[in-house]
Amino acid sequence: METKKLWSVVNNKMSPRAGFVAICFVLLMSAIVLPGCGNKRPETSSERGAHAQTIENKGSDTLVNLALAWAEAYMQAHPNVNISVTGGGSGTGIAAMINGTVSIANASREMKPEEVAAAKANGISPVEFIVARDAIAVVVNPSNPVQHLTIQQISNIYTGRIKNWAEVGGENRPIVLLSRESNSGTYVYFLENVIRMENSKSKLLFSPDTLLMPSSEGISSEIRQNPNTIGYDGLGYVTGDQKVIAVSKNENGPFVIPSAATVKDGSYPIARPLYVYTAGQPEGQIKDYIEWILNGGQTLVAKLGFVPLQ
Amino acid sequence: MSQNWALCLYNKISQRLLRPKAGSSVTAGKSWSEFFIESCIRVLGFSTIGFVLLIFFFLLKEGLPVLWEVSPGNLFGTRWYPTFDIFGTLPLILGSAYVTIAAIAIALPLGVTTAVFVREVAPNWAREILKPLIEVLAGIPSVVLGFFGMHVIAPLVRTTLNVPTGLSAFTGAVLLAYMSLPTIISVAEDALDGVPRSYRDAALAMGATKWQTIWRVVVPAARSGIAMAVMLGMGRAIGETMAVMMVTGNAARMPLSLGSIFMPVRTMTATVAAEMGEVANGSVHYHALFGIGIILFILTFIINILAASAIFKKRNRGGLR
Repeated sequence: METKKLWSVVNNKMSPRAGFVAICFVLLMSAIVLPGCGNKRPETSSERGAHAQTIENKGSDTLVNLALAWAEAYMQAHPNVNISVTGGGSGTGIAAMINGTVSIANASREMKPEEVAAAKANGISPVEFIVARDAIAVVVNPSNPVQHLTIQQISNIYTGRIKNWAEVGGENRPIVLLSRESNSGTYVYFLENVIRMENSKSKLLFSPDTLLMPSSEGISSEIRQNPNTIGYDGLGYVTGDQKVIAVSKNENGPFVIPSAATVKDGSYPIARPLYVYTAGQPEGQIKDYIEWILNGGQTLVAKLGFVPLQ
Repeated sequence: MSQNWALCLYNKISQRLLRPKAGSSVTAGKSWSEFFIESCIRVLGFSTIGFVLLIFFFLLKEGLPVLWEVSPGNLFGTRWYPTFDIFGTLPLILGSAYVTIAAIAIALPLGVTTAVFVREVAPNWAREILKPLIEVLAGIPSVVLGFFGMHVIAPLVRTTLNVPTGLSAFTGAVLLAYMSLPTIISVAEDALDGVPRSYRDAALAMGATKWQTIWRVVVPAARSGIAMAVMLGMGRAIGETMAVMMVTGNAARMPLSLGSIFMPVRTMTATVAAEMGEVANGSVHYHALFGIGIILFILTFIINILAASAIFKKRNRGGLR
């Protein structure tokens, strides 16, 4: 009853003219407010530009935690610099640098020749810096009795030629292959250096049965709960509830567990450099930042499970 | 000319809707404002259609180049390795179809029986509680369901069914069935609601039991509405991305046998979502992903047309509304 009454009141009072005035009012307000928002923006950014510069930093998920730690430490020491770090994969970071949206790209692989060509076509000549070293750990579920594998065996497992753990000295269980998505630099590195065994003529590919997980967390959670799985990831991402496999180049061994020491002395066979690319020769703030990473920032590298340069 | 036309329309509307008093006091100012408001609404209405068309043209512009950049043998091959210029879309199309059909196979019996229960069997008070609860199901964000699927359903599927991994087409289908249930239930319930009371009365008068009335009269009479419910549920399932990406394992293998239901699959939506961030603008891979977008667009379009034709059939048959 009540609402019906109210509605009839509104109906009587609200003439078309009132509606028209209301709409005009709304349009007028938006005409005033919207450009106002637009105007404010450049003002603030130019104001800040005098004091602070924002360095956009994007790329490899392997490097993202390290890059964040660097950025935090550097911003504490230099309050006038603003560094924003995002992940997404090496390919994503390099594509963003080519498109000119970021000034620093983190990558866990070298830029491909076609990416360099695309950057040059956009008027950007990328400059490469090696900022740390990383080992790729091959991991299994803790209940898996397999202790060590050769690179040949890992290659056979990931191409689908070995399908059961019993063939490499484990239990009679099917092998479930886990990998990062194809936009991950780790994916490309693992394919070229483990599956193809550094043979550039090899045409071997991941088995089509390989599960491509969208994140490192996806891999570790599946490894944790499924005894059939084998996975790989950067050493910095291996948690205590995964079992790290000792790897050897050939059958006679030695089988080596990845660690900072074994990467440094070169005995662990699946190790790689990690890169930072800048759009053109770094200048000003960016140059200072890169120089700091290569010197002062190296103490953080070991803390996060990677291997420092010196 | 337009003034006249607007005036004429305004008179018509006012005769129909407003009180006689308002109709008699038409002034030039009022008709002008009416025309203005009407054209505003018209522009907004048409812009919706315009946006759909623009999106479609954008898809075509970005996706069609793949047809001449990649040879047809490669494009419709059985292997998807975009990093190495192998763009076989067949496993992705089949993967999407496989998961969607499996999801509907699970959701259809559940959804229709729930609708029958809510509409025909449940007492009034239970219906009042059940209906809003079912609508709440539709509001759960898909990423939450995906997380739940990854950490609860996938391990459960692996241990109880003793399969190599729980990240499989089956787990994806279960989640998708759950997500399309609210759509299927509410549309099927509407369809059952549309069956005239006289049908039920006649069946009961002929001596049919309640079960016979429901199963042999009411449900068959509502079947075109139920078909529409299935189509709309399918549309929901085929377009779902996040939950599917988290639980299906994303392995681009050909799901050709029945046993593939317990193996991982890679759907079209998950492929676009996982790879779009990586590609350089204008590369072959970029065009291939938009090509997948075109295929998805066309598929959902066909499904929607089928659903719409189900409605028209219902209208034409008459008597059911």
